Amino acid sequence: MAVAGDLSGRRRGRLSADATFRLILGSAGAGVLLILAAMLISTTIQAWPVFQHQGWSFVTSSVWDPGTSRTEVTGQYGALAFIAGTLVTSVIALIIAVPLAIAVALYITQAAPRRVAAPLTYTIELLAAVPSVVFGLWGLLFFVPTILRPMMDLIGKTLGSFIPFLGGPVVTYNYFAAGVVLAFMVLPIIMAVTREVMANTPEAEISAAYGLGATRWEMMRHVVLPRARPGIVGATMLGLGRALGETIAVAMLIGGSQQIPSSLFRGGQSMAGIIAVTFQEAAPENVKALIGVGVLLFVITVVVNMAARLIVWTTGGHVAKEQNL
Amino acid sequence: MSVSLAGPLHDTGRNASRRKRRDRIATGLLITAVVLAVIPLAMILFEVIRRGAGAMSWEFLSSVQPFSQRRPGGGYLQGLVGTLYMVAIASVLAVPLGIGAATFVVEYKQSKLSPLIRFFTDVMTGVPSIFVGLFIYAILVQGTIGFSTLAGGLALMLLMLPIVARSAEEIIRLVPDDLKNAAYGLGARRWQVVMKVVLPTASNGLVTGSMLAVARAAGETAPLLLTALGAFKIVPQLVGQPQSALPLLIYSEARGAYEAAHARAWAGSLELMLMILILTIIARTISRRAKAK
Repeated sequence: MAVAGDLSGRRRGRLSADATFRLILGSAGAGVLLILAAMLISTTIQAWPVFQHQGWSFVTSSVWDPGTSRTEVTGQYGALAFIAGTLVTSVIALIIAVPLAIAVALYITQAAPRRVAAPLTYTIELLAAVPSVVFGLWGLLFFVPTILRPMMDLIGKTLGSFIPFLGGPVVTYNYFAAGVVLAFMVLPIIMAVTREVMANTPEAEISAAYGLGATRWEMMRHVVLPRARPGIVGATMLGLGRALGETIAVAMLIGGSQQIPSSLFRGGQSMAGIIAVTFQEAAPENVKALIGVGVLLFVITVVVNMAARLIVWTTGGHVAKEQNL
Repeated sequence: MSVSLAGPLHDTGRNASRRKRRDRIATGLLITAVVLAVIPLAMILFEVIRRGAGAMSWEFLSSVQPFSQRRPGGGYLQGLVGTLYMVAIASVLAVPLGIGAATFVVEYKQSKLSPLIRFFTDVMTGVPSIFVGLFIYAILVQGTIGFSTLAGGLALMLLMLPIVARSAEEIIRLVPDDLKNAAYGLGARRWQVVMKVVLPTASNGLVTGSMLAVARAAGETAPLLLTALGAFKIVPQLVGQPQSALPLLIYSEARGAYEAAHARAWAGSLELMLMILILTIIARTISRRAKAK
């Protein structure tokens, strides 16, 4: 490595080379900040007429009746049904994915032989590489009609007879189907963070538990799980952030109805879904309303993600950073 | 490092057998969970390969979609070209910008801007991809450049940027201080240290992170719906014409009711996943080789 020149480093040209360099890198960094600010501001400006027209009923009403005007806002834009769709499918996904992720992470870090642990980790992280549209295609043409439909029918007939939101007729593509496929999609991120937190359990405490005569399960319950709890909460919220913003797979599987369904086995629509599905045919005022839905979704996911990161950081999980999750 | 005691000790208490049974049940449940988690991946890979390979052919790789979804034959050539085109634009912009931002965060730690950039890059990783599409639509597509290759490429670039920046930061942080101090000791200026020591040392890791970001961008659908729109033929123009992409074609043909369209969608999925898999494997191999050094 040839570093030319004298050691004094006081010559003007060299000092300014450093300053220029700093400026270039600094503007790359500042670019990231500016882009984020521009995102929020420009979209909010676009959606403002709709926010003004609707007021709070934008989030409290479920009447979505787009107008066709180019300049004014004439339709009704109540996004409650889509907010419900996004939240309910995300919660279903988490209810399925979180226990699975915790169990898999426990197995990989505490119970699996090393020869099994590494390929297993790799395999589950492969799930994260499957594009969302492929999950959608698979769910639409294979998983939901052939595997999930009979299960949903069964649940509807048994549990549905006394649990209200599981009863009534079953439609193939619905909240539940979207939630289940979403669970597969958020599993890798939750598993990765949980695993990292569990791998940080101090060896001494594990040995101490065994030394006191604990079985492996008792060691997991009393040493690993309590220590990992904050990390698991953070991982869950990262998964939630991912689930809320997921678009294509949910749009393909949620059924496409614009009402709030009376049961999990009926169709609905999510916030990202309504944007993806109706955007291309929307009139200008409708586009503004869809951008408004996007702003709302952005704010919700950013808040969830910031909270998640604060929790994960303060509890020392490093994987979220390494894997760019 | 302390050594973990191998396995539980023998219990001589009265409820030893009950505790042992409980331990076995718990282990059984954990293994069940592992199987349940691996099943969807196995199913999805199996279906994509089975149905995708059935519909895959030279014709599929080398020709464009027929005008009617009902008609069999044809392929997704325009989607492949569009995806590569837009991903290339996105990479050219996002990789230098992301690495630049990451270098700033690590090498100028004392700057007040540093922690801010770091935190907001993190926030950016959580931005829903469809929102990125809406943003590009709002500022560029509407009125100025229209649905186009450039708009799609810029949307993908915004999705790649935080991924590149975050992974680059982790890698650059790993460059040993000794190495940097040695360069400073030789009288190098800061920019020389960064350009001639830090970045070359980190280069393998930087390539890996960037390729994983490319793999992520290649599979994105939602932002392209709002920026590239879709096309029936190969589009060489940068602006003025909507562009196609593999995920867009899969999405539009999967939603229809035609067998022929579904067959193409499966083949398209196989093509897309192979592309992403190859990128991922190359990226991982590079990083593993770097670690081995």
